[in-house]
Amino acid sequence: MDSAIATTHVDSPGPGAVEQQHEHVVLPQHRHHFATEEQQRESGSFGMWLFLLTEIMFFGGLFFAYLLFRNWYYDAFVAASNTLNIGMGAANTAILITSGFFMALGVWAAEVRKKNLLVLFLVLTTVFGCAFLGVKYFEYKEKFELHHVPGASFDVSQFIHPPVDANTGKPVGNPLPPDAAQKTQMFFFLYFAMTGMHALHMIIGIGLLFWLLARAQRGDFTAGYVAPIENFGLYWHFVDIVWIFLFPLLYLINRHPLAH
Amino acid sequence: MSASSHTILNLPDQSTAQLPRKNFINAEHGLLSWLLTGDHKRIAILYLISITFFFFIGGAFAGLIRLELLTPQPDLVSSDTYNKFFTMHGIIMIFLFLVPSVPATLGNFLIPMMIGARDLAFPKINLLSWYLYVVGGILTLTALVLGGVDTGWTFTAPLSTHYLNTHVITTASAIFVAGFSSIFTGLNFIVTIHRMRCPGMTWFRMPLFVWAHYAASILMVLGTPVVAITLVLVILERLVGIGVFDPTKGGDPLLFQHLFWFYSHPAVYIMILPGMGVISEVVSTFSRKRVFGYTAVAFSSVAIALFGFFVWEHHMFIMGVSNYSALVFSLLTMLVAVPSAIKIFNWCFTLQQGSITFETPMLYAFGFMGLFTIGGLTGVFLGSLGMDIQLTETYFIVAHFHFVMVGGMLMAFLSGVHFWWPKMTGRMYSEALSKLAAVVTFIGFVLTFMPQFVLGYLGMPRRYHAYPQEFQVLNVLSTAGATVLGVGYLMPMLYLAWSLKYGAIAGDNPWQATGLEWQTQSPPLTENFPEIPIMDHEAYDYEWLEHKTAQEVTHVG
Amino acid sequence: MGISPVLWQFLVKWLNASALFPSEASTIAPYMDALYFFLLAITLVGVLLVATLIVTFSIRYRKAVHPVARQIEGSTLLEATWTIIPLGLFLICFIWGALLYFRIYNPPVNSMNIYIVGKQWMWKAEHPGGQHEINALHVPIGQPVQLTMISQDVFHSFSIPAFRIKREAIPGRYSTVWFEATTPGTYHLFCTQYCGTNHSAMIGTITALSPADYKKWTEQSTSGMSLAQNGERIFASMGCNACHSGNAAARGPNLAGVYGSRLRLTNGSEVLVNDAYLRDAILNPSQHVTSGYTPIMPTYQGQISEDGLIDLVEYLKNLNSNDRVQQTLTTSQSDQAVPTASGVVKP
Repeated sequence: MDSAIATTHVDSPGPGAVEQQHEHVVLPQHRHHFATEEQQRESGSFGMWLFLLTEIMFFGGLFFAYLLFRNWYYDAFVAASNTLNIGMGAANTAILITSGFFMALGVWAAEVRKKNLLVLFLVLTTVFGCAFLGVKYFEYKEKFELHHVPGASFDVSQFIHPPVDANTGKPVGNPLPPDAAQKTQMFFFLYFAMTGMHALHMIIGIGLLFWLLARAQRGDFTAGYVAPIENFGLYWHFVDIVWIFLFPLLYLINRHPLAH
Repeated sequence: MSASSHTILNLPDQSTAQLPRKNFINAEHGLLSWLLTGDHKRIAILYLISITFFFFIGGAFAGLIRLELLTPQPDLVSSDTYNKFFTMHGIIMIFLFLVPSVPATLGNFLIPMMIGARDLAFPKINLLSWYLYVVGGILTLTALVLGGVDTGWTFTAPLSTHYLNTHVITTASAIFVAGFSSIFTGLNFIVTIHRMRCPGMTWFRMPLFVWAHYAASILMVLGTPVVAITLVLVILERLVGIGVFDPTKGGDPLLFQHLFWFYSHPAVYIMILPGMGVISEVVSTFSRKRVFGYTAVAFSSVAIALFGFFVWEHHMFIMGVSNYSALVFSLLTMLVAVPSAIKIFNWCFTLQQGSITFETPMLYAFGFMGLFTIGGLTGVFLGSLGMDIQLTETYFIVAHFHFVMVGGMLMAFLSGVHFWWPKMTGRMYSEALSKLAAVVTFIGFVLTFMPQFVLGYLGMPRRYHAYPQEFQVLNVLSTAGATVLGVGYLMPMLYLAWSLKYGAIAGDNPWQATGLEWQTQSPPLTENFPEIPIMDHEAYDYEWLEHKTAQEVTHVG
Repeated sequence: MGISPVLWQFLVKWLNASALFPSEASTIAPYMDALYFFLLAITLVGVLLVATLIVTFSIRYRKAVHPVARQIEGSTLLEATWTIIPLGLFLICFIWGALLYFRIYNPPVNSMNIYIVGKQWMWKAEHPGGQHEINALHVPIGQPVQLTMISQDVFHSFSIPAFRIKREAIPGRYSTVWFEATTPGTYHLFCTQYCGTNHSAMIGTITALSPADYKKWTEQSTSGMSLAQNGERIFASMGCNACHSGNAAARGPNLAGVYGSRLRLTNGSEVLVNDAYLRDAILNPSQHVTSGYTPIMPTYQGQISEDGLIDLVEYLKNLNSNDRVQQTLTTSQSDQAVPTASGVVKP
């Protein structure tokens, strides 16, 4: 089905077709069912945007649940959110934005047909993506150790009797009544569900990046065919944007870093 | 043209007719050429076979349900088993049959041809879509074989999350996967319709079948992901038990309801819109007339899709939602009913001044129009707040949705299969048998589901294994009807299969229809058209067809 | 209603006798039935219209007599007609239905309250006087009855077709519905929300009695303690009286007369103290702290059943003074002070 052989065939110009009066050379990536290159490219791009729209609806369910429970259990959400490591979260945000930046540079490199730059940028995108996941691993590990993972081993005692900060001598947060403390589990569930779903999308993205790297190394994307890089770029930026929403919603509830 | 005054069927001379030498069926050989195909027509056939398989499994469960309900006592099977019957019936029929039925079979086959394209925009994703469907089906069968699931197709929490120990996770995963099949189909259709129309094919020259699928695809793409995440939450809830739907842990069971119905209401429009597309094509062809009010019908499809997103709470009117939100959703429900009424009347008036014949697809279409009208109007009963109090959760609801889904959608599907069968296979089936099957189906259907409206107002709850004695007569009538209905559905299996080998050769355009798909050979070439057509006429342009046919006749040889 | 009462009676009684129509046994039933017949009429007209169009056009324009079709694009007038008329009819259904809905779900002020607890797979009815019924409910005719319902586990739905009422019993919150029975007799009670294995066994009988019969029944079936009395017992045994003693310096707010009042909470909001509020305050106290008090009340989630909660709510509804609270407090305090004999467990 994937034909690397240029076939000549008579085809009438598709809608909005390019005014190609010259002999139509079929590019290796051209799929036979498209009338023109442009139609193929536009369809691919449209398809990816549409797919991202479905992803918004997919994450939307979780955001809606978050909206509901944050509204109901604000105090518990504040207390739980403040136990997240804001340093790691902020670092991850910076890492992911940088990763996105390199991806954008990768798209540019493909467009100007600089293969080595493209490969470099894809590698950097992957590296920063993996760094993000690495930080996430440590965050999850910390949560596991503190018994903040929802389920049978969830421990609310830290919220009823907040530990005293060694430096300031004051409790790290306001103590919560027991019934409110129970609701912190809801926060952590949403935390793991939302960041977990996000991380899953990142893992899939990194897998795709390896595939793209292999093909980029072969020169597939620096001969005028940039669609896969562009479309993957869209996906990667989308994953980035989801994190941009997750970070403040999960990490920054009622934080007062300067007030004590 | 045909000399008969009773039919427009125009078959080629059978003594010399042959199937086209090269077509999409014989283009490549071997199982792998089918299982790894990118050809939308082959994928459509793959879907047709799979959904038929699941239809009969779902139908078997329906038969078992009706068999149990012959007597008021719970005497055929245990309650748990009965609960599994109606759950599996619902899940299989909705997710593995109704949702993909017209879009994945007829839509896949026809949309590229109708707009003059060589294939859908993403053939590989189309194939992936079928494999996702198959995986979803296999997971469902796995759940079935392992013992079944008894949550009801609605997976209501907290019953499904905390109070049942059947195979909920397996089934939820199955639907999750099948949902992505639906999403990818819709995505493919939208991109194809936007980007791959042939020269001259403007939006308003497209057949209404395509408009209907476009509207349904919007719903597929935007609605299905929400049920996907809802199922993920149910699975997580069962695995971890954090309490997102459990009030004792601070969760909210109504959250599940909102998330679930946000998809499941548009789902019913996903199911019906493609069927309405079929009806437009069939009514036009067998009246020899353009569809009355083309623009109105086209916009009605899109209106149904849009409004369909904003009515989901009407499934929850008695569930403790605020009275004021109930008002809003009831009003919107009334609004969404109007475009469907518009379409029915437009089809009726397509008949006026037409030249009508009564071939099988037209019989099914008439059945659709009558039964969908009843089903749709009974929806107004349910959308009316006070009335819903008496009728909700009873057999009235069961009757309502079977009228629209079976009397409506399934009839439309059969109408479409009978209409495009000669195009897809190159063969014609027995007209007498198919007409008989249509009539048998109609009679069986009415006998099965009319009594259920009465049962509903009497108060017989749905999903009941046993019922008070005084409801028996109506239940027996219903079961009797179900038997007839079953016969009506088995018949097409037989004569359609028979036609594959022994049916008359159909030729390009046995119904003398106007669509682009009819202007090429049956079965079509793999690439659909030898040359990409140029659309220079309006949709349903019978004058153009007459002119073209006359030219062919005078220019032979 | 507009149509002749004679015709109406004939219609309803005849259909009822043929087991095709439920009996009208409540004040709201005729209103429900009126809307039903209106909707049926619209449906009949609609279906007949469509059928007539199809049949007449099919006959008049069949190929044999009308071999050439005339291509017609459409008609804006017709489109408008069959948009506006259905819309108008549907809007009438909307308004009528909405009025009926508000009627059914807004109880009159003089309703007597009965509590319903649904659980897999039975209905428990709890009368304020302490009568407890399972899968049955006795009610007087001619008296509005409000049902305050809750589920102990999953969604159930309480349905009395003859009264034309139905509402979900929801886990975690109260829902209410009301009716006024008109005719003595026995009627079906169904659970209509699928709730698991024995969903179809979760049925019962509603018995409507004349006021005299009902009075007799209440006297005969009482368990001795009314709901409020049981609530008082729980209030003391759970230690609620310690903080809610009614003293000026008590750690918890005074609860005498609090039911039906408007309360200001610490977060600044003002709430109406009704059944749902009381139940929530017992289970999630930290979210319902009265202004001027601290969030020290422990939660009783998991310690009191829904029945117990209903008893407490009923108790607080009727609590007008703290005298008995003080008495029980003194009793339990003196109980605590008594030296324990070996083997005796302090309450």
